[in-house]
Amino acid sequence: MPIHEKNLIRPENISTHDNLVMDGVDVSGDWSTFIKTRVVADYNEELQDEIAALPGGEYIHRCWQCGSCTNSCTINAINPDFNPRYWIYLIRMGFESELVRDKDLIWQCVSCNKCTSACPRDVVPEAVMKATAHWLERKGYTKKSSSTVFDEVFSEQVIERGKIEDGEVVMSFFNRTGQKLTQPWLIEMVKRMIKGLPVQMLTMMGLATVFKPKTRNWGPARDAINDYIEEQEALLDEKLGPSVPYKAPEPAPTQIPAE
Amino acid sequence: MSETKKYKKVAYYPGCALEGTAHAYNRSTKALGKELGLELDEVDNWNCCGAMEVKNIDPKIQTYLSSRVMSIAANDMGHDVVMAPCNGCYHNLKKAEYDLSHDEKSKQVVEKLSAKAGHETYKAGQIETIHALDWIKDAIGEEGLKERVKKSLSGMKIANYYGCMYTRPRHIFPEKDQGPGSESTTQPHFMDDLLEAAGAENVDFPLKTACCGGAHTLSDSDTSTKLVLNIIEAAEASGAEVIATECPTCHSGLEMHQIRAEKVLGRKTNVKIVYFTQLLGLAMGLSPRKVGIQENISDSIGLLKEKGLT
Ligand code: SF4
Ligand code: SF4
Ligand code: SF4
Ligand code: SF4
Repeated sequence: MPIHEKNLIRPENISTHDNLVMDGVDVSGDWSTFIKTRVVADYNEELQDEIAALPGGEYIHRCWQCGSCTNSCTINAINPDFNPRYWIYLIRMGFESELVRDKDLIWQCVSCNKCTSACPRDVVPEAVMKATAHWLERKGYTKKSSSTVFDEVFSEQVIERGKIEDGEVVMSFFNRTGQKLTQPWLIEMVKRMIKGLPVQMLTMMGLATVFKPKTRNWGPARDAINDYIEEQEALLDEKLGPSVPYKAPEPAPTQIPAE
Repeated sequence: MSETKKYKKVAYYPGCALEGTAHAYNRSTKALGKELGLELDEVDNWNCCGAMEVKNIDPKIQTYLSSRVMSIAANDMGHDVVMAPCNGCYHNLKKAEYDLSHDEKSKQVVEKLSAKAGHETYKAGQIETIHALDWIKDAIGEEGLKERVKKSLSGMKIANYYGCMYTRPRHIFPEKDQGPGSESTTQPHFMDDLLEAAGAENVDFPLKTACCGGAHTLSDSDTSTKLVLNIIEAAEASGAEVIATECPTCHSGLEMHQIRAEKVLGRKTNVKIVYFTQLLGLAMGLSPRKVGIQENISDSIGLLKEKGLT
């Protein structure tokens, strides 16, 4: 039986007593030692292979848990629950249910590659984070993160025309994620941006949204890339099964208060 | 005047950002090159390298996109050096070079896609990818710059910000960390060296390679704002009046989240954000307009006047 770390001590497993006196001693409060016992039986032994089948996850098996990735991580520095080493551990163990608890965190990796630079085993943790985030989406555990939506908007433009137009990427992204373009800071930014620009440049930018920048004779490259994506998708379907659409959880039933 | 024979004429890969939001970087890079007598030969009919996004769909597509750019520069135009001023482009071309010489699968995918797309396959080793910093550093050098300074940047306190992609992950930059003279991946100094040669005073800035959260600048704006604010406040605490940048994404990330921090978090900061090519251009006597100062969102004209650079 493998040793699990830290996952049993968490708020819902801690016993709380507002008023508990034992042998005349007041022991009210939180007791993490009174945690409920728990049996783990839901290992997914395929988990590591599934992550490894996704682009970027290839080298996860090399990890020897040194922790350099977490130690160097940009996001870990602002949120200690963001822990690449721990997730890699869970994946290698097949501890799916534990991994899924952090489903809304993993996509927040900003691809700074501090982990990849620090990793002594060439795991490329940055890419493993992406693969894991995609795995969670693919299995229907989460909806597409805003980051994935951005990647898609951007990549679609590149593949379609060979180039992007940054204004259009931003607009499509706000559109698809249902965000308003009238946020005060955005307005302020556009104001300051326009202030210094020569008219000729503004016209150029305006024209860029109409006559979109593109690479000439891009058609064959576009088709080649699209064929490749299709092939890869088919391979993934074979290995992981088809994508499961995300279903928002039912509203939780009203809880019966304990005791 | 002292100069080297290196990089006098290179293939130029501006990338999409320099044709859009980072027009000022494009303008100042070209103006600086012209002033220094360096020739930039833009890659014909280039495509986007895929930035930070396409790799998340599939890293091998990104490798292909970068390889196409290198193939045109090497095979169609006969260059052996391609210069990219954008950290993202520079990084991706380097990454493609690394993958094509180390990963058989990437090589196969690139061969297949190139054949289907109807152009010559790029082969590892055909071209050397350099950043705009390498370009000035090796073609002109500090001594060369010193001789050419018309308006010294003296009295200007600068924090040099390199971001993530210029140094990480280190294995795709085999020429770095090679001892004296080479660039360092943990303490990069090429931009510091160049600006110092132009008279500036570089402050001791600890966050040179910190991440600004650029990958999530819009998809997780609060995180980006936090990271940028940290960088900007550290620069101010180090005494900097200017943060010098060498990447359009880092630059626009700093500009954008400086405003967002002010509007959303009520944290106003004053440090100006300026491309290193703009600063060098000014030092070479070019006008602020020539180097596109007015196109920056961060309004530095007051400071430049004060320093006698206008
Ligand atoms: S740095 Fe590499 S080897 Fe160390 S824990 Fe992270 S992924 Fe594993
Ligand atoms: S790439 Fe992601 S996981 Fe790695 S250090 Fe940066 S934020 Fe952390
Ligand atoms: S990194 Fe940015 S600028 Fe460079 S080609 Fe890619 S999208 Fe365009
Ligand atoms: S500092 Fe920001 S924009 Fe620059 S490379 Fe890093 S994440 Fe990208």
